[in-house]
Amino acid sequence: MNDILMAGNKAKGERPYFLEDPAVERVLNITMAVATELAVTRERLDTLERILAEKGLVSREEIEAYSPDEEAAEARQLWHARYSARLLRIVQQELEAIAQPENNKPMHQIADEINEM
Amino acid sequence: MSYQIPPVFTKLHRHDMMPAFDHDERARYNFLANLNRFISTVIAPGNKIAYDNRVEPNFVQENGRTFQNRHEVQAAMSQDPMYQTWAALRRCTMEMRQQAGRSVVMRQAEDLAEKAQKWIGDGKNLVLKPDFQVPAYLRHVDNHLMPGSYHTEYMEGDVANAGNYDTGLFVTTGGMLGRLTDGGGKAIAHWVKETYPDFQPKRILDIGCGLGHNVLPIAEMYPNAEIIAIDAGAPMLRYGAARANALGVKKVTFMQVDAENMAEFADHSFDWVQTTMFLHETGGKAIHRIFREINRVLAPGGLNLHIEQPQYTPEMSYYEQFMRDWDAYYNAEPYWGHMHDLQPEDLMEAAGVPRANFMQVGVKAINDLDEKKQDANVKEDYGRSPIWNVFGGWKP
Repeated sequence: MNDILMAGNKAKGERPYFLEDPAVERVLNITMAVATELAVTRERLDTLERILAEKGLVSREEIEAYSPDEEAAEARQLWHARYSARLLRIVQQELEAIAQPENNKPMHQIADEINEM
Repeated sequence: MSYQIPPVFTKLHRHDMMPAFDHDERARYNFLANLNRFISTVIAPGNKIAYDNRVEPNFVQENGRTFQNRHEVQAAMSQDPMYQTWAALRRCTMEMRQQAGRSVVMRQAEDLAEKAQKWIGDGKNLVLKPDFQVPAYLRHVDNHLMPGSYHTEYMEGDVANAGNYDTGLFVTTGGMLGRLTDGGGKAIAHWVKETYPDFQPKRILDIGCGLGHNVLPIAEMYPNAEIIAIDAGAPMLRYGAARANALGVKKVTFMQVDAENMAEFADHSFDWVQTTMFLHETGGKAIHRIFREINRVLAPGGLNLHIEQPQYTPEMSYYEQFMRDWDAYYNAEPYWGHMHDLQPEDLMEAAGVPRANFMQVGVKAINDLDEKKQDANVKEDYGRSPIWNVFGGWKP
C-alpha cells in the first residue's frame, strides 16, 4: 500500500483552488481521474480485442461466463485499490495539507522567501 | 489552429535506465499527453478570448481605464469562469501527471536503484558528496509539483524521482522534445556549432544538469571537450550517470556541486558555461551568487549561455505577463515570477559579459520524433512552446 500512497503525495505549497466552490473543483479532479482510467481501459481492451481477433482464440461467450480464481480475484482487488487512490488523490492531498501545515504555505509567500535565499 | 496529436509513449527511446512501464502505465501516459495537448491547444486560447471579449471591457467600464500591471489582470481573470475552468483543469493535469509517474517508479524503486548501480559501475563519471547541503531554495518548494523534488532519496542509491522526471516530460510536452527528451540540448548544440563553427571548447560546464538529458547532445557535438555536469540532487546525478553509460556517452562527468560555491573548479577553468531551464528554480539571492561564480570559472574568451524563460519587457502585454506568471504560483515554480523582473543584461554583466556582448535569441527545440510535421510558425504557449529563449554572450 505504501507505494500507492506515495504516488499521490502532495507537493509543498498551498494548493490553489480556481472555481468558486472548492467542492466543485474536488469533483472535477475526481472526474478527470475517472476519465483517464476509462481511456486506459479502452486502450487495453482494444489491444486485447485485436490480438484475440487475429488469433481467433476467445469467444464472447467465454468472456461473459468468466469467474476468477483466488489469485486472480486478489490481483483484481489490488487494482481497484490503486484505482481508488487515483480517483481520490485530491482528497488525500487535502488531508496531507491539514496534517503538515508547514508544507502548506501559500506560493506567494514561498516566492517571497525564495527571493531572499 | 494547427493541432498535432502527440506520438505514443513507446516512440521514446527506451534507454536501459528507464523505468519499466506496463501496458496500462503506457496507456495512461498516452492519454495524459493527449489531454495536455487538447487543453493547451483548444481550451487555453479561451483565456485570451474571455480577456478580449469580457474581462478587459468590463474592467475598462468599471474603472475608466485599462489594466496597469499584470496583478490587476490576475485579479480580474480569477473571477472569470473560462479562466477558472482552464486553470482548474491545468492544475488537475499537473497533479495527475505526477501521480502517474510516481506510481510507476515507486513500485520499482529498489530495482531502479540496483540497475543504476550496475550502470554506474566503477563510478568514474559520478562524484557525489555524502555530506552535501542541498540549497535552501531547493528544499523550500517541490518544483513543478514533483513531491520530493530533485534531491529527496527514499532509500540508499535512490533514483526514483529522476525516473519520474525523465519519463514525465513526455506527458507535459506531448513528446515535443524528441525520442530522448533532449530537444533543448540538441537545439543549443546545433545553434552554437552553426553560429560559431570555429569554436573548439576544451572544457564545458553544465550547471543544474538534472539527469543530463540536455548535456549529452552537447557532449556528442563536441567530442573533444571535457564535459562537467553539476546538480544538487543525488538521485538525478546517479540516474544521469547511469543513463549516459547506458546510451554509450562516456565523456560527461556528473558531479554534486553547489552552483553558489563551486570550490572544486579553479578560476577561469571552463570555456563554455551552460544552464538550461535552471535559473528559474534557484532563489533571489542565490542567483546573483551563482553568476559571480560563473564569472570566476569562465575563462576569458569563453561562452556563457542560458536557456530560460524570457524576462518581462515594456513591450510584453500585461496579459502575457499574467499568463507567464501562471506556473510561478500554480505549478510550483515560485521563483519564476520574481525572476521575470530581473534583466538578463545585468545578470550577464555579473558573469563577466559586458553589455556590448549581450545577445538574446529564440532557438527552436529539435524534435527527432516529428521532423516532417514541425510547424515553423508554431504559436507561443507562454513558456510551454518548443521555442527556447536563449540569452548570454562571450566574455572578453
